[in-house]
Amino acid sequence: MRHTESHEPVASTPPAEVRPRRHRTRDEPRHEPPARSTGGLLRELVTHLRHNQNQLRDEWANRIMEAQLLTAMSRDEIVAEATSVYDNYLDALETGTLEALQAYAQSLSERIIPRGVETDEVVGIVLLLRDVLARSLFAKYRADFEVLSRVLDAYEPAANRIAITVAVGFVQERERVIREQQEAIRELSTPVLPVRERLLILPIIGLIDRQRARQLTEQLLRAIRANRARVVVVDITGVPAMDSNVANHLVQTVEASRLLGATVIVTGLSPEIAQTLVTIGVDLRTMHTVGDLQGGIEEAERLLGLEVVPVTESKHPT
Amino acid sequence: MAVPILKQGQYLIATIQDALTDADLQQLRDGLVTQVGRHRSRGVIVDITALDVMDSFAVRTVRDIAHMTRLRGAETVIVGMQPEVALSVVQLGLSLEGVHAALDLEEGLAFLDEQAHVVSGGRPRG
Repeated sequence: MRHTESHEPVASTPPAEVRPRRHRTRDEPRHEPPARSTGGLLRELVTHLRHNQNQLRDEWANRIMEAQLLTAMSRDEIVAEATSVYDNYLDALETGTLEALQAYAQSLSERIIPRGVETDEVVGIVLLLRDVLARSLFAKYRADFEVLSRVLDAYEPAANRIAITVAVGFVQERERVIREQQEAIRELSTPVLPVRERLLILPIIGLIDRQRARQLTEQLLRAIRANRARVVVVDITGVPAMDSNVANHLVQTVEASRLLGATVIVTGLSPEIAQTLVTIGVDLRTMHTVGDLQGGIEEAERLLGLEVVPVTESKHPT
Repeated sequence: MAVPILKQGQYLIATIQDALTDADLQQLRDGLVTQVGRHRSRGVIVDITALDVMDSFAVRTVRDIAHMTRLRGAETVIVGMQPEVALSVVQLGLSLEGVHAALDLEEGLAFLDEQAHVVSGGRPRG
């Protein structure tokens, strides 16, 4: 076992107050009251960990670097983060409330996730801190196994709760980032394209869920107004499947577009979707469908009174 | 607040400026149905650009206006419906079947001109 007392901090020079404090902690056990509750024990061990904080923090930072965690951060940054994590950790141990630590874990995650820090690293450093502190407690109470056992009884559940809080905070932050990215992808994946005057094309690629369907509709309706569109071609060639909810939503979109004065032509229904829609009995009488996008655009041009004529014909009318 | 009904050539134009009570809506309906006959109008435009909400009564009244004026020889066009209103109307399952709609007043007039053209077989209006 490595004794924290005999361990000399490496690399960075420890602040001057380390030595006197270490003396004090060595004397401490003699003045302890004999009977101690769990809360009292926790308070006592927090005091112990506070007294040794510089040395333990350095030890922790060293072990983080030995284990090659947080490679995206410099040594100074690791020491700085280690300092504030350590303080928050002790506060959480002392008060038993996790709110402050939760908030800190969240802000820490916000800072380090963009730098590519992985979940295993965050869990790893919290567990390392738990181990460093546990070693320090072993060393302090090694003379009396009874007390050590009770100290660990108090320390371990609290430490585990803290580790869970930090890990969960990190994972939640990551999930939030992922959700934001999903949102961004959704926005990108539904462009509304003006093709000719008063003609819009809305190519839909990928699965449509409830939320995306609603978003598509809103975007389409806004684009109809903005572009003063008369005809919209919705191409769903890239949609692999459709359920009744989405189909009904599509029917509603067609009707809502009509209320804005635009005709919707749906193109590119796959055989599977056609079969599904007929089998589940969606009422598609109001929907104007054409086989493929080309046909849809031709139909739209007919509705708009446009005609595409080869250059030779228009130049030399017969 | 009563809705003013303006005569513009062969058409009647009613622009709703504000949220309407049920009584106002009924008054608008009665006024339009009466005046279509008096002015021998061929078309009616109801401009609802200013409405951010339409309840079921408003939707039904608009539909009734369209059906009633058609029986008296005038096509009705709803113009200027907001996207949010359109969406909530269809999501509530309120039916505006058989009611023509256009983006704004200009489009509505163009639509009515087209209709008049088709019906009269190209006879110039006047």
